[in-house]
Amino acid sequence: MDLKLLDVEPTEAERVVVDLFTGMGRDQLLPALHAVNDRVGWISQGALNHICRVLHIPPAEAYGVASFYSLFSLTERPAKVVHVCVDLACQVNGAKALCDRLTDELGPAGAKSGWLRSPCLGVCEKAPAALAFEAGEVAKEQLLAPTHAGEVIAVAAAGSSRSDDGRAEMPQAGSPGLRLLKRVGVVDPESLDDYRATGGYTALRTALLLGPSGVIREVTDAKLMGRGGAAFPTGRKWDATARQPVRPHYLVCNADESEPGTFKDRLLMEGDPFAVIESMTIAGFAAGCSKGYLYLRGEYPRALHLLRNAIAKARERNFLGENIMGHEGFSFDIEIRRGAGAYICGEETAIFNSIEGFRGEPRSKPPFPVEQGLFGKPTVVNNVETLVNVPVILTEGCEAYTRIGTSGSTGPKLFCLSGNVSRPGVYEVPFGTTLGALLELAGGVPPGRELRAVLLGGAAGGFVRPDELDLPLTLEDARAAGTTLGSGVVLVLDDTADLGSFLVRIAAFFRDESCGQCVPCRIGTVRQEEAMHRLVGKRPLSTSAQDLQLLREVGQVMRDSSICGLGQTAWNAIESALDRLGYAEEATS
Amino acid sequence: MTIVEIGLPKRLVELTLDGESVRVPEGATILDACTAVGKSIPTLCYGDTLKPANACRVCMVEVEGSRTLVPSCSRKVEPGMVVRTESERTRHSRKLVLELLGSATDLSTTPHVDEWMSACGADPSRFGPDAETKLQPTTVDNPLYVRDYGKCIMCYKCVDACGDQWQNSFAISVAGRGFDARISTEFATPLPESACVYCGNCIEVCPTGALSFKREHDKRQDGTWDESKQSQTTTICTFCGVGCNLTLHVQDNEIVKVTSPHESTVTHGNLCIKGRFGWQHVQNR
Repeated sequence: MDLKLLDVEPTEAERVVVDLFTGMGRDQLLPALHAVNDRVGWISQGALNHICRVLHIPPAEAYGVASFYSLFSLTERPAKVVHVCVDLACQVNGAKALCDRLTDELGPAGAKSGWLRSPCLGVCEKAPAALAFEAGEVAKEQLLAPTHAGEVIAVAAAGSSRSDDGRAEMPQAGSPGLRLLKRVGVVDPESLDDYRATGGYTALRTALLLGPSGVIREVTDAKLMGRGGAAFPTGRKWDATARQPVRPHYLVCNADESEPGTFKDRLLMEGDPFAVIESMTIAGFAAGCSKGYLYLRGEYPRALHLLRNAIAKARERNFLGENIMGHEGFSFDIEIRRGAGAYICGEETAIFNSIEGFRGEPRSKPPFPVEQGLFGKPTVVNNVETLVNVPVILTEGCEAYTRIGTSGSTGPKLFCLSGNVSRPGVYEVPFGTTLGALLELAGGVPPGRELRAVLLGGAAGGFVRPDELDLPLTLEDARAAGTTLGSGVVLVLDDTADLGSFLVRIAAFFRDESCGQCVPCRIGTVRQEEAMHRLVGKRPLSTSAQDLQLLREVGQVMRDSSICGLGQTAWNAIESALDRLGYAEEATS
Repeated sequence: MTIVEIGLPKRLVELTLDGESVRVPEGATILDACTAVGKSIPTLCYGDTLKPANACRVCMVEVEGSRTLVPSCSRKVEPGMVVRTESERTRHSRKLVLELLGSATDLSTTPHVDEWMSACGADPSRFGPDAETKLQPTTVDNPLYVRDYGKCIMCYKCVDACGDQWQNSFAISVAGRGFDARISTEFATPLPESACVYCGNCIEVCPTGALSFKREHDKRQDGTWDESKQSQTTTICTFCGVGCNLTLHVQDNEIVKVTSPHESTVTHGNLCIKGRFGWQHVQNR
């Protein structure tokens, strides 16, 4: 293929960082775009052109990919940009007032003013949050959480004197009985020795003794279900992949945690990065993969640094690489891939396209990932939390594991509490804990307020009412109650929360994050947002009842006919607010 | 003589289609099965010479046991499958997809869409006068093509025809995301500066008239385009030795468009710039 390139050259700085990719292929497109963005803050025509020359990619396709991600800009912007979260938990905690002040003082969000509105940054326990990226010879980033307008303005202008390192709040740190979070906030996340001193790598040793089929049997018998939202049995996924005669097999750890209100995986990766690496190694061993990709959302710089450190140290000590822990013939290594601002890339097939250097659009299933996944090969895709359950299963045994939780939902579960709650944070409880007990653990709503509603499972989840607090948090009880645990979001709204604008934000989120591939989602999410604006603003098309009818019809086609889970669930939360919380009545009265 | 590839005999798969038992060769799609029994399913992004893009979602049907509806153009039949093409859910989906498309894009030159809309009672105007649309001015930046992206439904067919499925020019791609997604060259540079080789294969597959030949576009503009007065004659291109079939569309003794039969084993409907546009000399009188 002869490439026709634009007649534009890169700057010297751009050329230097792009030339490092010489000899590599299409799958390095996203890393190359990141390299340019880290160096100069945006992707110029010359830089994109040079990426295309070096990686041998048609410029139109590279442009299509670069324009897919919201963290990249194809027009000039300053080296430093502050992304201000306007999503659910931050909205509840004053993001709107913050943005209003920024608009007054810095000008409207955009390249000129140096600040941008951002979807959920995954720091919901410290809302409102902002994240500054500064391009340069050494790219810098700074998490501001919780923040205020004055700080964002100061950071956008120069620097900030903020002394904390963006560490997560961890209300349960050091509590006895924790399994998934036992090291978080207690053990030095940079030290492999500390990790090993607290039981690290004993599970991998057990796995190597059990053999791949033994590991799969343990995980299957433990009845481990995926924690990313779909709750698919992990053992079955591994087994189906392991049985595929085609080689190689791949493992993808889905750390593109972007569901609004979700931040559990960030806590695990920042607080216990070696556990993520060990768990991936065990999964790779079981499913016959020699390479694992850790797809990390671009908004998690702290997790990125800690995971890079963990991988480097694991390699040094032969916990990654060839003949791991002396086990002849078992080789496995991990490559981190940074996302660049696209919720859809957490979809299990969109993640493949993103890694391969294509637009992060979901693929049609079948074929399923276990048959044809990354690079067309059998692939296991697991969420971070799912994976870190595996060492627990192997060290405690599958029988002990199944005694945690209920018979239909085994093991410990992480929940992300945020919104109007006294002690927001990630909480580990056994499946079966009631919603009320979990809220109590987090201190309930602030004093003097009353609970209005709880959003379970995130923007793709559903609301429950204050009279439903006795709901046991299990997959089966949630299903029976017509709701979902999703990715473990428990976003609390009290009587001060503005439910209408909360719902409009949910609609806006799906519109912004739709990849645009299929009609029901691409246009349906826009019509849903328009109708929500009318409904909430009491400016109906003719009557609010008609707008409700439109919403229901559009919601149905998105659910029935969208390609992937994004479109299929884009109507869930709004539907539950209308029917379960009675917002339909409120809006039409 | 046309060479027809017969291939190995295929096992027949039996399925239930709208209550009737149907047998089709293994590997056939639900759409193939519908076509075989004379059932017409609307399609837009489906192309007989392209791999299914699964994007437009007008051909969705209900398959028993499936949580969501499935695209009939790509889903392969399985033994015992129970398919419903006229169920309540299917009809609702078809109607809404057409309404959503019609509310955002100009479908005035999309064949059959009026029949489909009236068959299911679709009314794109019910999203209100302020519904956001993709309407935009027509792009004319070269003497051969017109790109009217207000009519584009993002079916991916032009991108696939330009890319690895046929032409391997990769001049265009889908850019942006969500409702902002669009067909574009790199940085939206004009076509003459892009990798475009003017084969016209994108226009051949465009289902809505968003892409058209300049000649056709001009004649439509001045009201002289009249398909009822056109004859079609298939001949062989004389430019090189490949032997592509050309179908000359002639109106008032003048060539107004050149296509190629999709079933031609030489072209599969594709041509190069010479076959597609190199006919002016014929009309030098």
